[in-house]
Amino acid sequence: MLKSESVIGNKRRRFEIVIESLIRVLGFSTIGFVVLIFLFLLRQGLPFFFEVPPVNFFGTRWYPTFGLFGTLPLILGSVLVTLTAIVIALPLGVATAVFVREIAPGWAREILKPLIEVLAGIPSVVLGFFGMNIVAPLVRTTLNVPTGLTAFTGALILAYMALPTIISVAEDALDAVPKSYRDAGLALGATKWQVIWRVVVPAARSGIVVAVMLGLGRAIGETMAVMMVTGNAARMPITPDSLFRPVRTMTATIAAEMGEVAQGSLHFHALFGIGILLFVLTFLINLAAARPIFQKRRRGGLR
Amino acid sequence: MSKFVVQNLNFYYGKFRALSGITLTILDRQITALIGPSGCGKSTFLRCLNRMNDTINGTRVEGKVLLEGQNIYDRRVNVVELRRRVGMVFQRPNPFPQSVYDNVAFGPRVLGMARSKSQLDDIVEESLRGAGLWEEVKDHLHQDALSFSLGQQQRLCIARAIAVKPEVILMDEPCSALDPIETLQVEELMQTLKANYCIVIVTHSMQQAARVSEWTGFFWLGELVEFDSTAKIFTNPSHPLTENYITGRAG
Repeated sequence: MLKSESVIGNKRRRFEIVIESLIRVLGFSTIGFVVLIFLFLLRQGLPFFFEVPPVNFFGTRWYPTFGLFGTLPLILGSVLVTLTAIVIALPLGVATAVFVREIAPGWAREILKPLIEVLAGIPSVVLGFFGMNIVAPLVRTTLNVPTGLTAFTGALILAYMALPTIISVAEDALDAVPKSYRDAGLALGATKWQVIWRVVVPAARSGIVVAVMLGLGRAIGETMAVMMVTGNAARMPITPDSLFRPVRTMTATIAAEMGEVAQGSLHFHALFGIGILLFVLTFLINLAAARPIFQKRRRGGLR
Repeated sequence: MSKFVVQNLNFYYGKFRALSGITLTILDRQITALIGPSGCGKSTFLRCLNRMNDTINGTRVEGKVLLEGQNIYDRRVNVVELRRRVGMVFQRPNPFPQSVYDNVAFGPRVLGMARSKSQLDDIVEESLRGAGLWEEVKDHLHQDALSFSLGQQQRLCIARAIAVKPEVILMDEPCSALDPIETLQVEELMQTLKANYCIVIVTHSMQQAARVSEWTGFFWLGELVEFDSTAKIFTNPSHPLTENYITGRAG
């Protein structure tokens, strides 16, 4: 009796150990892959930084065929398009989140929330196509510019892509604001709008910052749609009208040129070098996004 | 002088009738305590007095609540203005996650009560003094309100409520999250406040009702069983249910 029981016990324990180690391997492999990708990126990209003097790769001209690897127009192009996108998406996103969470009646919220999730699932190439055929001509005719493929067009499409992220994260942040704050505001004779604007939104501030940062992270890494609508001219976007002229982003450069570059050439390494810059940039943005969360945690719980 | 006259008030959460036939008069510059077991409707009744129940879906009111002769459930009544006149302090201290100053200044700001910064400063100081908190926080006005003790937070909520110059202060178990010393401070504060305000307090503690109030109402299953002077209720109640409850035999 005792013996058979212990046999079952052993079998069970062995099964437990197998399952446990399987889960552990899977868990660690995820981290492993990220590390490997990063190492690969470094291996391919670092030579670029050693072979090309800083004056060249922080130069203002990107002409790989002539040995000019100035990444500045690409970096500034990415920054211009992304920041403009956020400037457009932030008020829209927060306003939508406020509407969905605070103002819309229950049934409308039930419809809107899944719809917003669906927005996030639209493939970027579809949005790029939409941008090329609808938005770009619209931008060209309304703003009366030579081409509709501009930084502004890219920013519009990117704003649209960042919206679902911003809305749903901001909405969660608003949702986490306790009802007791709203009650306190109403009991003081504030209107519903005053309570939203002066109590609820400020209380959700850190969550809204996270929402914007995540939106920013999504926007800066976006490739396909941006490549299709920004015109891809690697010019320095420093003139006042740059927003309404073509630009080229870091992501679009990698995607456009990787297919026709000779493996192992300097140009090849240069593209990976841009990849490293992009990686560092997104990493910094994500770090900034995580900071308010860590601060809250230290102060005792997310509110 | 009577502040509130409640006539035959019924209250429903959906189909559930939470209050039936409540009729009573609440006097100005006196403290009225509402006691009774959990779920007897005393908090619901309190929230009827400033229409906070409007924020809950599917509630319905029948009957009249007259505030200085005007029915607050009349269609012409401005709920926002009503809530300015009838302030409220909640069970858990709920200061906004902002500075002490901004908490107290919230009401005056949204109501446009101050024309200048110095006028706003005056209202904030006056309200904090009124809540007996000024000496403790005057050097920390711009510190996060949530970094203070619960008792201080609750007195801050009282300061915030009196900053909009209400006529009535409703208190929904204001001491249930506080320790005995903090409770004592709030009770002493109520004694000072009643010189200028009509105070209605819901409490779970019969001792507290006996200590602070002039009038006591005993609620049981959504009905007001007895309403009388506190002295009478605690020494010679006329209803057997009241007697059983205050002596600990029921509820």
